[in-house]
Amino acid sequence: MRQFLLFITIIAVGVLFISRLFYLQVYNSSTHNLFEDNAIRKVYDYPKRGFVYDRNGELLVANQPSYDVMVIPREVEPLDTLEFCSLLKIDKEKFIKTYNKARRYSPRLPSVFVSHLSKEDYAVLQEKMRKFRGFYIQKRSLRNYETTIGANVLGDIGEVNNRIIKRRPYYKMGDLIGKQGVEASYEKTLRGVKGIKFIQKDRFNRNIGPYKNGEFDTIPEQGKDITITIDAQLQAYGELLMKNKRGGVIAIEPSSGEILAMVAAPTYDPNILVGRDRSKNFTKLFNDSIAKPLFNRSLQGVYEPGSPFKLMNALIALQEGVMSPNETVTCHGGYRYGNRIMKCHCNYGTRNDMIGGIQRSCNAYFATTYRKILDKNGSASDGINTWSKHARSFGLGQFLNNDLFVGQKGRIPDRDYYKHIYPKTFYSTYTISNAIGQGEVATTPIQLANMAAGIANRGYYYTPHIIKHIEGETLPEQFTKAKYTSIDKRHFEPVIEGMYQVYKKGTAASLQVKDIDICGKTGTVENFVKIDSVKTQLTDHSIFLAFAPKEDPKIAIAVFVENGYWGSRFAGKVASLMIEKHIKGYITRTDLEEWLLKHSLENEYAKPYSGEPFRINGGTTLQIVEEKEYFQLKKKLKTINKPKS
Amino acid sequence: MVRDTNRHFKFDWITIILFFLLVGFGYLNILSASHTGNDISYFDLTQPFGKQLIFIFLTFGLIVLLLAIDAKFYERFSSIIYIIAMLSLVGLFVFGKNVNGATSWYAIGGMTLQPSEFAKMATALAVAKYVSDLNTNIKSFKDQIQIFIIIIIPAILVLLQNDTGSTLVYASFFFVLYREGLPKFYLAIGVALILISILSLKFGAIITSIMAFIFLLAFHFLSKKKIRIFESILIFIAAIAISFGVKFFYQSILQPHQKDRISLWLRLEKDPAKLEKMKQTFAYNLNESEKAISSGGVTGRGFMKGERTTGKFVPEQHTDYIFSTVGEEWGFLGSSFVVIIFVLLLLRILHLAELQKSQFSRVYGYGVASIIFIHFFINIGMVMGIIPTIGIPLPLFSYGGSGLWAFTILIFIFIKLDSNRINEW
Repeated sequence: MRQFLLFITIIAVGVLFISRLFYLQVYNSSTHNLFEDNAIRKVYDYPKRGFVYDRNGELLVANQPSYDVMVIPREVEPLDTLEFCSLLKIDKEKFIKTYNKARRYSPRLPSVFVSHLSKEDYAVLQEKMRKFRGFYIQKRSLRNYETTIGANVLGDIGEVNNRIIKRRPYYKMGDLIGKQGVEASYEKTLRGVKGIKFIQKDRFNRNIGPYKNGEFDTIPEQGKDITITIDAQLQAYGELLMKNKRGGVIAIEPSSGEILAMVAAPTYDPNILVGRDRSKNFTKLFNDSIAKPLFNRSLQGVYEPGSPFKLMNALIALQEGVMSPNETVTCHGGYRYGNRIMKCHCNYGTRNDMIGGIQRSCNAYFATTYRKILDKNGSASDGINTWSKHARSFGLGQFLNNDLFVGQKGRIPDRDYYKHIYPKTFYSTYTISNAIGQGEVATTPIQLANMAAGIANRGYYYTPHIIKHIEGETLPEQFTKAKYTSIDKRHFEPVIEGMYQVYKKGTAASLQVKDIDICGKTGTVENFVKIDSVKTQLTDHSIFLAFAPKEDPKIAIAVFVENGYWGSRFAGKVASLMIEKHIKGYITRTDLEEWLLKHSLENEYAKPYSGEPFRINGGTTLQIVEEKEYFQLKKKLKTINKPKS
Repeated sequence: MVRDTNRHFKFDWITIILFFLLVGFGYLNILSASHTGNDISYFDLTQPFGKQLIFIFLTFGLIVLLLAIDAKFYERFSSIIYIIAMLSLVGLFVFGKNVNGATSWYAIGGMTLQPSEFAKMATALAVAKYVSDLNTNIKSFKDQIQIFIIIIIPAILVLLQNDTGSTLVYASFFFVLYREGLPKFYLAIGVALILISILSLKFGAIITSIMAFIFLLAFHFLSKKKIRIFESILIFIAAIAISFGVKFFYQSILQPHQKDRISLWLRLEKDPAKLEKMKQTFAYNLNESEKAISSGGVTGRGFMKGERTTGKFVPEQHTDYIFSTVGEEWGFLGSSFVVIIFVLLLLRILHLAELQKSQFSRVYGYGVASIIFIHFFINIGMVMGIIPTIGIPLPLFSYGGSGLWAFTILIFIFIKLDSNRINEW
């Protein structure tokens, strides 16, 4: 027995070792991944990020070099700190703090010491850099905005975070990625593909030559330039008009679905999100939970559309054959159902046919229409589903599936939507607010603009999109193929005539533009917020929908101005001016321009936060912009309106 | 005449071939682990691989010398060799050179000599001599103490020089003594001690005590050979005492770095952040070495083609971590080959030892096998993360002249003794 103890132990250990080897090398041996191998250094070669041009070829976004001072703490030798600090424009305290932080991170790996030097500082520093051992300058590429407009359209780029790296392994620490707007939705096109070099290193992180003579290395693929559908001048004009207001403006070219302008107010200068102050400024924008400058109201703002939605009800009624254009409804100052009344602005006893109903925005006319649609087959449940299907064929109540980075579905209710509130009985009067575009109906400005485009085209639309052209590519079919609505072409004329009359003698008669036949519809929408959990009504939203010219439309537009009171007061003016600007290229209604620049709604927006009781609608007075600011705005207006040479 | 021609072939050629296989393959791996750049000048004496090549050449001379000396010399002079070895260890306290925190080297000219490597061989001779003495009775407690003193002296000396790894080597003499008749009682105590220590650290003293109780109970009812109740209780109390003692030893006496190694080995640390930190600091070697071995796969990345070896990612790779080079460049096949060669060498020596007619030769042979085995076990076990990190070279494989020569002497004395077998009576 005694002879066998060591004998058996040796064999047991041999078996144990071979099992362990089997586990490590055969069972657990992952296929060799160059990217996860810490013995291989990956050096990336970043391609030039593509430029962004507007529809007229004006350069909006380019690149600029940026210089970071990097430090490798182990290689630093005693230096003239005073001189170095003054060159970098930092104080000694900051120098020591940053240096220690870099050393804690790693004495061998480079850390950013000072980021985003200005070109001037760089020029001075470069001369003297050799004096400071252990420091060097790293060139990076940042965005350079050639314009101050379109922050919500263009978006911005920023460093990837850990979450993105985990989800999209292409990105490595320190890489830049489009965060919002076009930069985000066309990220892959703009960025190109970075090249990579694999370098064998030793454990001190020193390079000892290309890995396998570079057989796995790749060369970078340049980012492609893109042209977007935005007209920079129109965009700038829209942003200026919306100054001191909140809301969204979307202008679409009906014949192509191209977005001409996409204004979200308030907005900001895209340049503030570049360079040294990016994170500071971004935090500021992000934390502004009241004005929400990062919230793209033209795409994400879900509002009750109000009266412009009456156009939809008119179209559905004609398609379903429950109303004829000439059929009249008498308005007794409102619409009575049961013992309730929906009030109307019409004079008592006005007889409205369809054109008149649209022109005067008669609530009684559309309440009747809506009920007729729902009660067509005697079942309001079937009726509302039919109604919902027609409205949805205009792209309402769903995502538009376009190339914009953000969006909202809005809401077009059907019977299913009401099943919890009205489980059993369901009558057309239950949802009567939908008749006038309130109640459960909700849309975003872009959806409403698209609806205007659908009407302008008499029954079809192109999915609104922002891309006009990508170098060497054709646009996908989803943007070039017309989408037909469920309304026949012949039913559009009476509705369009009604919209035309709105401008001729209706609610927008004061907004007429010479030589342009504009068709439009005003909207005034009641809205409520909760202040200390008390439901409080605020001044109505001002909404406007229009297209022009009447024949062969060039532009369809939707404007929302929060708390602007009635439709033609703010939104109508903005729409008319944008239309004139787009079609004529110059402005005759300068009176409207001046009015818009002069008036601000900021005091209106401050009310719910003031903590004091306040009055709304008729009880308010408009705030006049200060002389100095008004002067600046006028100056800006002049540069925008200056005809191009 | 016939007898004379046969003389040459009385050396055990199997052992010699296995010996040279290990030395040769070891050299290739040292070359791979320590070369830099593409131009290799094989005799560059500033580089480990150059020096090792010289050491290997000199080994041939050493072997001829060892085999030329009369077999009886080793037995006769074993006491003197032992005394010289001990004096050389003591001398380190005065003349020693400190390398990596251990004062284990004499610096002679440009060379360094590590006497602790030779002390193992000297101790093996002394133990063989003492045990094989006709007056020694291994069953007597007095003689056990004497043998224990022979072994503990070099163990304590190297421990004082901060060479924990070499100290552990002396524990291997247990195998020798057990073979020669040390009571089973010691084996039981040894195994129980190791088990209780590991279990206490891993699961805590209370659970270990409960397990000990259940084990004793089971033993009481199942075994034919009854232990008395009184004894059982005594053993149980001892187990509890050891269990708590180990915990106390771990927490209060061990130095932080030793604690960390054990904690990592037994997977005691659960906090991933701390584990990550461990991997970057003291466990860096182990982590890199495991990665290197894993990346080898079945067939390896090829001689001189391992990324981690070329990039010098595993510190001390040409010495204690040489096996990770084998793992990365020669893969599962190459590594298993090395393990098998070691096992064959050990079994061959054991087999020869059992064939010896003289007790001195047998005990010495056992000593040789035990010493090589414990190196083999601790070194490869450590490199693969099976046992805690303990600095100890892989015999015949790791870089180092002292080590190579010491093991050459250790093995070839035995080959010489073995060749003299038929002359014994």
